[in-house]
Amino acid sequence: MADVRLSLDAFDPAVEIAGFNARHPNAGGIVTFLGQVRDSGGVEALELQHYEPMTLPGMQELARVTERRWPLEGLLILHRSGVMLPGDAIVLVCAAARHRRDAFAAADFAMDHLKSESWFWKREKTAAGWRWIEPRPEDHEDISRWRI
Amino acid sequence: MAKLVFMGRLEDVAGAPEMAVKPGPVEQVLAALEPALAVELLGEKIRMALNGRLLTDVGGIVLAQGDELAFLPPVSGG
Repeated sequence: MADVRLSLDAFDPAVEIAGFNARHPNAGGIVTFLGQVRDSGGVEALELQHYEPMTLPGMQELARVTERRWPLEGLLILHRSGVMLPGDAIVLVCAAARHRRDAFAAADFAMDHLKSESWFWKREKTAAGWRWIEPRPEDHEDISRWRI
Repeated sequence: MAKLVFMGRLEDVAGAPEMAVKPGPVEQVLAALEPALAVELLGEKIRMALNGRLLTDVGGIVLAQGDELAFLPPVSGG
C-alpha cells in the first residue's frame, strides 16, 4: 500500500526518507528522488497550486498504476502545495523493490507523471513579479517514453 | 448558485480564484461572462471538470445548484 500525501506545509525530506527506509527492510534497493526549489536564476519563491477535488485522488491513482507496473515493496509520493522558498523540498518519491531496476523505473515513471499529468499549477516569483510556468516540451517527451 | 473555479493563470485572467454564477446551461453561463475571460476559458488547452470529474465535452452540460465547474490550464507539477 503506497503512502501518498499532499502537504500544505514544509516537510523534512531527511526525516521522510529515513522513515521510509526503516519501513522497508526487505527491499534490496530503494531509489529516492527529491525535487527542490533551485537557488538560481533570480527565483525568490515558487508557488504550487492544487485543486482539492482532483489533486490527491490523481496522485493516489498514479501510485496504483505505478505499483501495478513494477513489483514494489513500498512507494512514497509526497508533494508540496503552497509557497516555497529556494532550497525547500517540492516533491519526494521513494520506491523500494527487491531489485534496483524496478525501483529506478518506478521512481522515474512516478516523477514524469507528477511533472506533467498531475493536477498542479506552478508560478515563480522573481524581481519582475509572479509568472506562471507552462509545461516544457521536454516534459511531454519524458512522459511519452512510458506509453506502450 | 453554482461555482466556477479558475486554476493557474486563469485566476489572473478572471481576477479571482472562483466566481458564483446562476445555474443553467454552461453555454449561457459563459455567454454572461466578460468576453475576454470566456475566450480564455474556451481555449484549446483548457480542460474542464464538473464536481471533480473531467469532462470530455462541455456541450449539453447544465450547471445545477451547488455544482462546481473548474477550468484547468496545462499542469506543471514537480
